Amino acid sequence: MFPPFPNPPTTPTQARFGEGDLIRRSASSVTPPAQRQTEVAKLIDVSKCIGCKACQSACLEWNDLHEEVGVNVGVYDNPLDLTPASLTVMRFTEWVNPESQNLEWLIRKDGCMHCEDPGCLKACPAPGAIVQYSNGIVDFVHENCIGCGYCVKGCPFNIPRISKVDEKAYKCTLCSDRVAVGQGPACAKACPTQAIVFGTKEQMKSHADGRIKDLKSRGFANAGLYDPPGVGGTHVMYVLHHADKPEIYAGLPNNPRISPLVDLWKGVSRYAGFAAIGAFAVFSVLHSVVAGRSKVSEEDETNAKRLADHEGSNGSQERAST
Amino acid sequence: MRHDEVVKGDTLHPGDPVIIDRYSTTARFNHWMTAASLVLLALSGLALFHPALYFLTGLFGGGSNTRAIHPWIGVFLFFGYMGLFFRFWKVNLWTPTDGTWLSKLHVFLTGHEEDMPEVGRYNFAQKAVFWWMGILIMISIASGLAIWDQYFSTYTTVDQKRIAVLVHSMAAIVMICIVIVHVYGALWAKGTMTAMLKGRVTGGWAWRHHRKWLRELAADEKARPGTPPATPAE
Ligand code: HEM
Ligand code: SF4
Ligand code: SF4
Repeated sequence: MFPPFPNPPTTPTQARFGEGDLIRRSASSVTPPAQRQTEVAKLIDVSKCIGCKACQSACLEWNDLHEEVGVNVGVYDNPLDLTPASLTVMRFTEWVNPESQNLEWLIRKDGCMHCEDPGCLKACPAPGAIVQYSNGIVDFVHENCIGCGYCVKGCPFNIPRISKVDEKAYKCTLCSDRVAVGQGPACAKACPTQAIVFGTKEQMKSHADGRIKDLKSRGFANAGLYDPPGVGGTHVMYVLHHADKPEIYAGLPNNPRISPLVDLWKGVSRYAGFAAIGAFAVFSVLHSVVAGRSKVSEEDETNAKRLADHEGSNGSQERAST
Repeated sequence: MRHDEVVKGDTLHPGDPVIIDRYSTTARFNHWMTAASLVLLALSGLALFHPALYFLTGLFGGGSNTRAIHPWIGVFLFFGYMGLFFRFWKVNLWTPTDGTWLSKLHVFLTGHEEDMPEVGRYNFAQKAVFWWMGILIMISIASGLAIWDQYFSTYTTVDQKRIAVLVHSMAAIVMICIVIVHVYGALWAKGTMTAMLKGRVTGGWAWRHHRKWLRELAADEKARPGTPPATPAE
């Protein structure tokens, strides 16, 4: 058992982090705080999940979101994908283990991973629409969001969704508002099996170690922690029974990283772009200085007049040839 | 003489100086609408391209509006360019002279236009602007539609969108470079702005820059106002 979070106090509490704790802010620079807060993390133990979706309900409830009534398409996933209202979704996979021929039911809670190196934030063109706190939480600030969808392109996990209602981007906040007052995320609170636990990143890692040992002792030789280094590690981690094959968990990326296309788009292409525009502008200025402007001379006018007058006299013959 | 270089409406008014109507009112309107949409697209696009230029969103009423308006200006540009395209594609077709002209580009750039081959309504550089803008506008539209997520988000995958946004911004950069050259060219050759502002040029301008066009016009009775032309007193 992991000690559950105590219930919140009934008196107002001071927020534990805020504007002063930003380590990254989209399309702008911040002065990072002198001291970084202890990194937090949510640990999702896939092997313990029973697929009850209490976390999904708790998420809708806490964030006051309302998912439309959908249709059943013959699978357990409901809704079928993340939406601007469903910031988390259970993804069900039926997988036949080739070694044991056992049918394994893999249930992964999908949602924002709160990357240490967030591709969404890197791609966002709107200053302050995406922020990262020193405790590792990546949050969207809706009043600054312009709804361009660049975060969708930047994210290696395909998480953000743009609302058709207000054209703004939505994703899991890691319940930054709850964490700020010392609570854990709503999903963790609701989970009946403690498949979701929350604490400091170090605590979560050591808790995961225990879980992995247990799984290994029960025959899951490849059990392990999913904390992908390609994005600098994440503040939402998974314990997987088959950590060597994350992709079997409804396409969890194996070794995710920010797409090189995004790096190119947000890096070299900007310098190349401005350099090219600058070069053309400089060329134009230099050319006008060195070569001067081209002027029509009196002689040109006379020549034109002579041509017009001369051709005009026998123009009718010319016309016959058209 | 063939009349490959003349566009309907080109009219030569004999006199001193000779005056030629080069762009009709509708052609000029078409051009300036296209130019305006390009500038607005460049400004609204660049605002999202680099944070240092995000302040440009102020011109369009904020970030969200910029994001929303930009693609629509693109649609506008498409129709604008199409108008110009059908108006002028024929006189922009490649001719052997263009090859010769390009091989002597350095002569042109060093200001010795008199040593260049005689060109028609457009020279090589102008034709290059015409065709490249067309190609790049098509590329921008295709890639722009792929990232126009407000309406078409489901038609492309995220990976396709990543390619599209990169292609889109690079096409935009190239277009902006071409526009710089285009505007500079128009300013550099005195008398050219009048062509697009007032619609007319002087005979001397045509003699200097587009002599083949002038020759065809001069030889063409239909390209003169009024009928019949009086026999000039030599
Ligand atoms: C039909 C034509 C076009 C369409 C549909 C279109 C659409 C888009 C869309 C959807 C975006 C993403 C942001 C937004 O929604 O505003 C965008 C960005 C952009 N557009 Fe366009 N566009 C078109 C033409 C152009 C043209 C002609 C230019 C340049 C002269 C241009 C320059 C840019 C730039 C620089 C960006 C920012 C790219 C970045 O953030 O790296 N666009 N365009
Ligand atoms: S949709 Fe909003 S959060 Fe996403 S990249 Fe655009 S401005 Fe940033
Ligand atoms: S998972 Fe995606 S949305 Fe979440 S922090 Fe990482 S890049 Fe951003």
